Amino acid sequence: MSNIESQTIAFVRDTMIPEQAPPLTEAGAIKWLRENLFSGWFNSTLTLLSLAIIWWSLAAIGPWLVNTVWNAGSLSECRRILDGTGGACFAVINDRWHQLLFGFYPSHLYWRPVLALVLLFVALAPILFTGLPRKLLVFSALYPFIGYHLLWGGSIWLPISALLGFVAGGIAFILVRKVNGLAAVFAAVLAPVFWWLFLAGPFDSAMSSVLPLGLDFVRSDRFGGFLISLVIGVTGISLSLPLGILLALGRQSDMVFVKSVCVIFIEFIRGVPLITLLFTASLLLNYFLPPGTSFDLILRVIIMVTLFAAAYMAEVIRGGLAALPKGQYEAADALGLDYWKAQRLIIMPQALKISIPGIVNTFIGLFKDTTLVVFIGLLDPIGLSNAIRASTDWQGIYWELFIFIGALFFIFCFGISRYSMYLERKLKTDHK
Amino acid sequence: MTEPVVDIPVERTIDTSQMKVSDEVAIQITSMNKWYGTFHVLRDINMTVNQGERIVICGPSGSGKSTLIRCINRLEEHQSGQIIVDGTELTGDLKNIDKVRSEVGMVFQHFNLFPHLTILENCTLAPIWVRKTPKKEADEIAMHFLEKVKIPEQALKYPGQLSGGQQQRVAIARSLCMKPRIMLFDEPTSALDPEMIKEVLDTMIQLAEEGMTMLCVTHEMGFAQAVANRVIFMDQGQIVEQNEPREFFNNPKSERTQLFLSQILGH
Repeated sequence: MSNIESQTIAFVRDTMIPEQAPPLTEAGAIKWLRENLFSGWFNSTLTLLSLAIIWWSLAAIGPWLVNTVWNAGSLSECRRILDGTGGACFAVINDRWHQLLFGFYPSHLYWRPVLALVLLFVALAPILFTGLPRKLLVFSALYPFIGYHLLWGGSIWLPISALLGFVAGGIAFILVRKVNGLAAVFAAVLAPVFWWLFLAGPFDSAMSSVLPLGLDFVRSDRFGGFLISLVIGVTGISLSLPLGILLALGRQSDMVFVKSVCVIFIEFIRGVPLITLLFTASLLLNYFLPPGTSFDLILRVIIMVTLFAAAYMAEVIRGGLAALPKGQYEAADALGLDYWKAQRLIIMPQALKISIPGIVNTFIGLFKDTTLVVFIGLLDPIGLSNAIRASTDWQGIYWELFIFIGALFFIFCFGISRYSMYLERKLKTDHK
Repeated sequence: MTEPVVDIPVERTIDTSQMKVSDEVAIQITSMNKWYGTFHVLRDINMTVNQGERIVICGPSGSGKSTLIRCINRLEEHQSGQIIVDGTELTGDLKNIDKVRSEVGMVFQHFNLFPHLTILENCTLAPIWVRKTPKKEADEIAMHFLEKVKIPEQALKYPGQLSGGQQQRVAIARSLCMKPRIMLFDEPTSALDPEMIKEVLDTMIQLAEEGMTMLCVTHEMGFAQAVANRVIFMDQGQIVEQNEPREFFNNPKSERTQLFLSQILGH
C-alpha cells in the first residue's frame, strides 16, 4: 500500500476483491464463547467460578426438589415418607392451596373469584393492547361493578345503583356543558354524589323488594390469601395512576390553592410509612367515624394503599413532565389547544411514556406491599402461611410455603414487567 | 455603505411589487411594554402590520425580537400597552387567546413537532381538536399542505425519521393546516444545516407569494431583501429602525444598525 503512495497518488482499482468467509474465530459459537465468557484471564476465571457456584447450588437444592413429597396430611407424615433422606414437603401446598389462594372464602363459591379473575383479564385486554376492538372498552368500564358483585355478592341492585350514579354524572355534564364548561364539571361531580347519598339507597331497597336478584353475600372477613392481594393490588394500581396524574398536574399548576393541596398531600403521604397508614385505616378511623358505622376494612385498606401509591406515582410522572422540552407546551399552545386537550394529546402521552419504568416500579412495589396488611389482621398469603404453620399438622414448615407464595407474586410482577417492556418498545418513535 | 452589501443566497427573487398589501390592519401594537422580573425586555413597542405584509425583524441576540413575536400569540404576556390581533385584543381572557392562537400560525426555531405522532397526525391534530374538522377532511387538508411543502411521501413517518429541513417544512405545513391569517416565524432556519436552509426559505417565499401576512425573526438577510416589504431592526428591547429593505440595507440611518449590518454582512 505504501508503495502505491510513494509512486503516485492516483489509483484506480481494476479487479474487485471477492467476499470471503470470516475466520473461525469470528463467527458461530466459538466467537460467542470468546466474547462473552472467555474474553480475558479475569473473565475466564469469573466464568469458571460462576459455573462452580451454579453446580454447587444445584447439587444442594436438586435432590431436595427431586425428593419432594406431594401427598401427605402433615409434616410428620412427610418425614416418615422421606425416611431420613433430605426432601421438600410440598404436600402442604397440596393440602392447603385453597386457603393460600382464597382464604376462608366459601369453597362452594370458588367459581366466583375465579370467574372474576378471568373477566379481569378480558377487561384489561383492550386497555393493554390497542389492536383489539375499541368497543371492548365498554366492558372494561363495567368491570369494576361486575367484579365487585362477583366477589362480594349480595343484591345485584347495589352495584347497579352505584353505576347509575356515574350515568347521572355523565348526563348532568352533557346537559350543563352547553351552558358553561366549568359548571358542567361541578354538575358532573355533584349529581352522582347527590344520587349516592339520597337516591341510591331507596332505589336499591325498592328494586330489591320488587325483583330480588343477587348472589350469596360473602363478608369481607372471609376474604384472604392471594385473593385479597389481588383485590387490593389491582384496585390500587388502577386507581393510583389517574390519581397520580392529577396530583402531578396539580403540583405544576399556577393556581396556588390547588398546588399547595397537592404538595402537602404528596409530601405528607410520602413522609409516612405505609404501615402507619394501614394502622390508621384499621384502628384510628373507627374513632373518627360516627359510632355504629361499619366501613369495610378491605375498602379502608384499598383507599390507604391507593393514596400511598398515588403520591409516589405523582412524583414519578412529575419527573416525566419535567423531561419534556418546553417547546412541546409552546407548540400545543400556539396551535390553540386548551390546557386539557394539550395535556391529553401532547403532554401526557409523552410524559407517561418517559415515566413507564418508574410507574411500573411503583405498581410492582404496591402489589408486593399488599403483604403488609397481615399486620392489621387481614389474612393475605403471608398471614395464612403463619396460620398454617401454627396448626399442629404443619408446625415447623417454612421453605415450601414461602417458595409457593414467592412464585405466585413473581409470576404477576414478572408479567407486569414484561408488559412494560413490550409497551416501551411499541411506543418507541424517536428512532435513536 | 453605498454599494449593495447583500449577496442573496436565495436564488429566486420575487417580484414584490405584484404582491398587494391591503389596508386592513392585521396586528396593531400600541405602547407595549414587557418585563422579565425587573428586566425591561420590550420598551414602548408601537407597530402596525397590514394584512399581506411581510416583515422581517432582525437584531442582535437578546434584543427582544423573539419575545416580541411571541407576545403576538401570547406565548409571552405583556404587562402594559395593547396588542390587537385581527380585531381581537389580547388580555387575560382565555377565549380571546384561543381565538387569536387559532388564527395565528407559529413556526419555531427547534420545530417542536410532536415526536409521538406521525407527520400526518401532527398536521391533523389541531384541525380535528380545535376546529372540529372531520378526520377525513383534516387528512385531505394535511396532505394538501404536505404536498405544498413537498414532502407528502413522509406522511406516515415519525418526526425523528426526518431531516431538520424536512421537519421544519412539516412544522410550516402543520401551522398552515389551521388556515391561519398570520404566520409568525421565530428564527426558522437557525437550527438547520446550511444545505437545508434553502428548502425552508423556498417554502417561506412560496407562502409570501401567496399573500400570507408574515412576521419573521431571522438572520437570513437575503430572504429579507427578496421577500420583505419592511425590515425592522431591534436593539435593547426597542425598535431602532424600520424601512423597506433596499433602503434599510443600502442606506441604514442609525449607527447601531450600521454596526449590526457590518457585523453580519462584513465577511
